[in-house]
Amino acid sequence: MNNNNNQRSFFFNVDWVTVFLYLVLCTIGWFNIHAAVFDERHPSIIDGATNYGKQFIYIIVAVVVGMIILLLESRFFSALSPAFYAITVLLLILVLIIGRNVGGNQAWINMGGGFRLQPSEFAKFSTCLLLARYLSGPNIRVTEPKSFMAAAAIIGVPMVLIMLQPDTGSTLVFCSLIFVLYREGLSPYFLAVSGLLITLFVVALLFNPISIIIGLVAFTALVIFLFRRNRKLITTMLIGLAISISFIFCVKFIYSHVLKPHQTERINILLGITTDLRGKGYNVNQSKIAIGSGKLWGKGYLHGTQTKYAFVPEQSTDFIFCTVGEEWGFAGSVVVIGLFLFLILRVIFIAERQRSPFSRIYAYGVASVLFFHVVINIGMTIGVVPVIGIPLPFISYGGSSLLSFTILLFVLIKLDSNRMGII
Amino acid sequence: MNKFFERRYVVTGIFIAIIFTLLARLYYIQIVDDRYALYATKNVIRNFIVYPARGPILDRNGKVLVQNEPIYDIMVNPKEVKPFDTLEFCRMVGIDKAGFDKRWIKAVKYSPNKDSPFEKQVPAELFASLQEKMGDFVGFYILPRTVRTYPDSVAAQFLGFIGEVYDRDIKLSGGYYRLGDYIGKTGVEKAYENVLRGQRGVKSMMVDSRGAQKGSFANGAFDTVARTGERLTSSLDIDLQKLGEKLMTNKLGSIVAIEPSTGEILAYVSSPTYDPNLMVGRERGNNAAKMYNDPYKPFFIRPIQAQYPPGSSFKPLSALIALQENIISPSETYYCTGHYRAGNRLVPCNNGEAHGSVNMGKAVAESCNGYFSMVFQRILERSGTKYTEAEFTKWRANVMKFGLGTRLDLDMPAESRGNVPTPLHYDNVYKKGAWRASTIISLAIGQGELLATPLQMANLECTIANHGFFYKPHLIKAIGTENVIKAEYTKRNYVGIDSQYFEPVINGMQAVVEGGTARRSKIPDIIMCGKTGTAQNPRGEANSVFVAFAPRENPKIAIAVVVENSGEGAHWAAPIASFMVEKYLKGKITPRESGITVDYFANANRLPDLGLYELDLKKERRRDSIRTARADSIKKFKADSIKKAARNKLANNNKRGVWVNFLAAGRTGK
Repeated sequence: MNNNNNQRSFFFNVDWVTVFLYLVLCTIGWFNIHAAVFDERHPSIIDGATNYGKQFIYIIVAVVVGMIILLLESRFFSALSPAFYAITVLLLILVLIIGRNVGGNQAWINMGGGFRLQPSEFAKFSTCLLLARYLSGPNIRVTEPKSFMAAAAIIGVPMVLIMLQPDTGSTLVFCSLIFVLYREGLSPYFLAVSGLLITLFVVALLFNPISIIIGLVAFTALVIFLFRRNRKLITTMLIGLAISISFIFCVKFIYSHVLKPHQTERINILLGITTDLRGKGYNVNQSKIAIGSGKLWGKGYLHGTQTKYAFVPEQSTDFIFCTVGEEWGFAGSVVVIGLFLFLILRVIFIAERQRSPFSRIYAYGVASVLFFHVVINIGMTIGVVPVIGIPLPFISYGGSSLLSFTILLFVLIKLDSNRMGII
Repeated sequence: MNKFFERRYVVTGIFIAIIFTLLARLYYIQIVDDRYALYATKNVIRNFIVYPARGPILDRNGKVLVQNEPIYDIMVNPKEVKPFDTLEFCRMVGIDKAGFDKRWIKAVKYSPNKDSPFEKQVPAELFASLQEKMGDFVGFYILPRTVRTYPDSVAAQFLGFIGEVYDRDIKLSGGYYRLGDYIGKTGVEKAYENVLRGQRGVKSMMVDSRGAQKGSFANGAFDTVARTGERLTSSLDIDLQKLGEKLMTNKLGSIVAIEPSTGEILAYVSSPTYDPNLMVGRERGNNAAKMYNDPYKPFFIRPIQAQYPPGSSFKPLSALIALQENIISPSETYYCTGHYRAGNRLVPCNNGEAHGSVNMGKAVAESCNGYFSMVFQRILERSGTKYTEAEFTKWRANVMKFGLGTRLDLDMPAESRGNVPTPLHYDNVYKKGAWRASTIISLAIGQGELLATPLQMANLECTIANHGFFYKPHLIKAIGTENVIKAEYTKRNYVGIDSQYFEPVINGMQAVVEGGTARRSKIPDIIMCGKTGTAQNPRGEANSVFVAFAPRENPKIAIAVVVENSGEGAHWAAPIASFMVEKYLKGKITPRESGITVDYFANANRLPDLGLYELDLKKERRRDSIRTARADSIKKFKADSIKKAARNKLANNNKRGVWVNFLAAGRTGK
């Protein structure tokens, strides 16, 4: 009886750790936006005339939306996932027709009242949901080509539509769902080989081969040590190590002989190997200066010179991590990244405790999307990945982004709170 | 459990690994690599030079000759400007709407988000009212600066002026100056540039990505303060200087007055002069051009650059040398017949009227040419006419001890030497050994090749006033609080005449004023000792010269006055000198027995007729150009003839060559 009563409570079984992490990250974001676009005439952090004031409103709205999601019935999400997906796809088509062009991307639909909606942000949520629904269906196995193709189609349709905007960043986010497929049985080689090659390619351009090899060997040794009972993993790791080392030596060759000069130049600039400080390399260079000049403890809240004097463009949105790095230093960066890592691991933990495959698959989707955003966003601010404009979840300025991540996360919390029930 | 359960570890592992890669990279750029902190500093910190105000220059009594006037530039940053009442603004600044638009467009064109001057050099009177209302005009602000200002507009040639540095100045300074800096160009501004300029400060400012200033860096912890230039106290007496410039109005010439007991220059008048304020501000360029083209050359620093024959004012010096050399005794008489015959030359004296019997005192007082020609000839010929050159060399050395023919090392740039001719000069003009005392007899009366600057003439009077020595003349007596600026200024320079020989000469000089040539210029209650000079001038009328010191006992002032192209020394230079002396000694000018007044001399126009003056100048130039043209044509002719000769020779050679070859061939053939 007691159990039943509790189940009726809105907050029964809610994973408070996740909610807490969510609120902490939102708050960090809000304060950093305050620092990034600080306006002496409007010093108050809740002044509605400024972006930090607006972000405060967005946070309140997002929290309210999160509460509403917790009020809903769990089954609702599974049942309506095709509808969500359909609406999203329609919106993505609509945005191509009536969308507002901002910064070269036709990504926004004007909602009136000064608010704009970015359908691609919500596409992540609905795609995860439909993918979960499909893969959790009876007799669906990713290992079977037919199922794999269907899953790929679910992911591919919004990708193509977003690509048409064209918003490369948001498109690439969907690639992260490969982790979901992998978890559900996709051959590990898909993941291992492609991921490894991309990573190594980038890393090989940034560091000299010897240090990478040392790093890889150390990493392999660590993993083998941690999972020393898993023989299969040991074998895989050793094979991977061998492939990686040989690939590193190939990278330089591919880079200088296979790629065309303009391609290598573009990559060079994006990676900060060569600098075009006034042109394409300006953002990344200034962003690196901001973060690098933070040293261990940072320059202090509202004291970042790069931040305060507008050296980094788009600093409240895609380059918000500059403010963290500059004003809070390495310590602050570790805290923020640590919080993200904690959140992602928590989501995976939640995923694995689900009885229903739908919830688990959806949770992996959430983890993958979060992970991709965090890595690409922070990576580009410190010049390890090419600049593709995607926001840092919960921290970057922007209502659509905050709302979509809130929905993404709170739906998971809702599903998790009902993990004992049957969907 | 799901059969792919263990894959969670792989996914987790990948996530952790990648995120740790990010952290490693962050660690590298934030902790290991120090460059970024440096770049960030470079981004936001700009060092601005703070220019100190130049040091002021005072006269000997602490009155201001040049100081810095605050002026106000209205600056604007177009980006920060908020809508405001344009009409009110225009009314306040004193411009019309069209003028406003013009300035606005210029400012925006310069930079839409950087500060630039909107209206330059707003006078101080406007400042108070502007300051009050500036709050209404966001984006505009007032920048105080300083410019040189000359409250009494005197002593332009002494003070000189400043101007923007040339590339050469920048190079010479080893990079101290930067383009657009100001540097002393002439006069004391140049001579004392190093102390006047002060020490520049540096201000570190924070700027944003567009270069707009955002406040000081680290609350000014790394700023250095600009130090104002040192205050210079000059030896000039501003009242005396003003009187001198007034008296010399509309005349060409110079007045130099020196305090004999120190060598401090009291007056340094160069005429025509100009208002030094003309060399400041926006009209500077036009004004300067006008003055450069002025045929009377206001930029010519006559006290030290003009070289005049001293004329009869040289006679006391001749007398002193003769006494020292035991050529003549003060009481010995000479009978003047109205002219002096030297060889086949006739030196006229007193317009041909005989002075009769004159001793040294009278000879000085009456300016007897005959007496001094006689003395000069006796000096040069005392060892017989064969040794004229040796004696002349000795005489020359004695003259030069008085500071003639050499620079006196005045603490000002561009001093002339004057001229005491060398034996070599006469060897060139005549022939070696072909010149005698009679040939160069005009030196005896301060004519001929003898040239002296007004400064040298005044210094000569100091020497006589001091009975045998002088202090190096100088114009600056104190730098800041430091009163002795050079040890050599306190050193007596002896001229090699025993002090006992001065009395007879000074007696004569007193008589010049008491009842001699300059008797009209006698000052009531002051014994002035002087000597007139009417120096022949190759250009137009003779220069009027007067040198003097006063009072006789314990002299306070020595003076030299030259009024160009004005004739008798007694008519123009002497009265002017007397007013200067009286003004300095009494502080005022009392009515004279002779009835001469300051106003008369101040108002008199003695400027040479411009047409004639320019004609003379042109003539001189033409003479020069004819000479150069002739030299050129000679050179050309020589060159041509050499070429021609060479050509002819070549042709002949060729012509002959055939024959020679032929002949040679024929010969060898045989």
